[in-house]
Amino acid sequence: MILAAGPSWNPIIDLQQMWSFPFMVNAFRAGSIVAVLAGVMGWFMVLRRQSFAGHTLSLIGFPGAAGAVLIGVAASYGYFAFCLAGALVIAALPRAGPGGYSEESAVTGTVQAFALACGFLFIALYKGFLNGINSLLFGNFLGISAGQVTLLGVIAALSLAALAVIGRPLAFASIDPHVATARNVPVRALSVAFLVLLGAATAEASQITGTLLVFALLVMPAATAQALTARPGRALALTVTIGLVVTWLGLSVAYYTPFPVGFFVTSFAFAGYVAAQAVRHTRPRWRTASIEASPMPTGIAP
Amino acid sequence: MIWPSFLVNALLAGTAIAAAAGLVGYFMVLRAQVFTGDALSHVAFTGALAALALGVDERFGLFAATIGVGVALGVLGGRGRADDVVIGNVFAWILGLGVFFLTLYTTNNSAGNGNAGVNVLFGSIFGLNRSEAITAVVVAALIAAGMVTIARPLLFASIDNAVAAARGIPVRMLGYVFLALVGAAAAEASQAVGALLLLGLLAAPAGTAQRLTTRPYLALLISAGLAVGEMWAGLALSYTVPALPPSFAILAVATGGYALVLLSGGSRRRSRSPVPLPVDANASAPGMPTDGWPYE
Repeated sequence: MILAAGPSWNPIIDLQQMWSFPFMVNAFRAGSIVAVLAGVMGWFMVLRRQSFAGHTLSLIGFPGAAGAVLIGVAASYGYFAFCLAGALVIAALPRAGPGGYSEESAVTGTVQAFALACGFLFIALYKGFLNGINSLLFGNFLGISAGQVTLLGVIAALSLAALAVIGRPLAFASIDPHVATARNVPVRALSVAFLVLLGAATAEASQITGTLLVFALLVMPAATAQALTARPGRALALTVTIGLVVTWLGLSVAYYTPFPVGFFVTSFAFAGYVAAQAVRHTRPRWRTASIEASPMPTGIAP
Repeated sequence: MIWPSFLVNALLAGTAIAAAAGLVGYFMVLRAQVFTGDALSHVAFTGALAALALGVDERFGLFAATIGVGVALGVLGGRGRADDVVIGNVFAWILGLGVFFLTLYTTNNSAGNGNAGVNVLFGSIFGLNRSEAITAVVVAALIAAGMVTIARPLLFASIDNAVAAARGIPVRMLGYVFLALVGAAAAEASQAVGALLLLGLLAAPAGTAQRLTTRPYLALLISAGLAVGEMWAGLALSYTVPALPPSFAILAVATGGYALVLLSGGSRRRSRSPVPLPVDANASAPGMPTDGWPYE
């Protein structure tokens, strides 16, 4: 964005100037909605160690959107159709046992690459769309209409409400599936429900951040928060806060520089993660002894 | 019939690249490190674009980035095996960095190649010239030689890390060397099918080979052979049907082969006699890698 001459370094004036453009206001609204939704979903995703599933879902959106454009419907339908279907397929696959079933990873990796290849084929078939490929892959924070913001808000509210209903048993089932099963918690159904919600969140966020960067908003704030605190409530609040702060910072900095929003959002989030890891490793041992004793190397709340 | 030179170059480079990818991919699947390959595919994108933006050879950036990050992931994750949350964070950021370099490159070369990003992401094997093809062959031969050299101890370490360590095998070092080889293979593969699709070239033939046989060396051979065959079939398909981009055709053939084996071999496999070696990846042998991805 080369619209602005440069920041005045007076936050009030700068914000006023930035928000005098409707597209920046919409970008901030959409970014905030997506950051909250992705943060909450990401917190459960990291807790459940389903990063790879989340990443696959985010990639599956790409052929969906490209295919939707090819047949002439709105890209959002493609995102939702493919991400939700992908979530159901992943949920239907048998889960790896404690022995480590390496074949499943080969299947997932192959499916992922093939999905991206299909997206590329759709784009190659749809002549003249090659410039749009970057906005599908890397997002388009700046072309968001007020109607889209409303739609994003409604879907986010519905997803968060559903998650609020299943949140407590889901956290229980994620932390200790065996005890949860013994206590009659429907672990399997919860897992399917979570994957569907994750698919919806990914489809929604992809429209703004692009297929390739949605994963950053899912995994980074959550991993940072879980490195800093082991308490679920606090970590969840911290995740959402980090997500919002990095999105706002990224949008603001991108406004004053010629570089893309995605770069700044991911960089700020990664800086936060590195800082959190540094804090975690330099903290006095006696305070975190119980956490450090856990055999898992990083990011997982005990 | 005289073959056009772009097709000869593509076949030359494609054959070597596929063989190297098949060898490395087999161990990657065996060691459950597919997520690492996934991360490296994003790193390849950023490395290539960084090199383009800085004005050096694209391949230099590719190899430096993938090998460097491959080893770094192993060190960060500890024990020569990277943790999935660490990987996820690193590659999400690396992609953001890639977008930065893409913008830098396209804004600095407004008259230049606006499709550079697309070429890096999805490959342009028909665009290789003769010297690029020969370099790819030489590097692929080095990777294959490295893989064959460490195959035996690596197999031991992959199947039972603790026992291998007790027998005096430098397990950690092997892990690092292997990750460096995965990095090099990823850089090679991204020249053929592009940064985003290289995971398919690494994982699909390897997964198919593991389905077809339980004998490790035979599986290693099948994996490399399948990769080469699928590469040829894909190139031929794309050459005869110009609407299909070559990277899609290669991936489609590889995925199709895997799907065929998965669907037809599922029941036959279980009725076979017990395996001679405890390397059946499906048998949940004790000591199989359990940390990191996929789901615990």
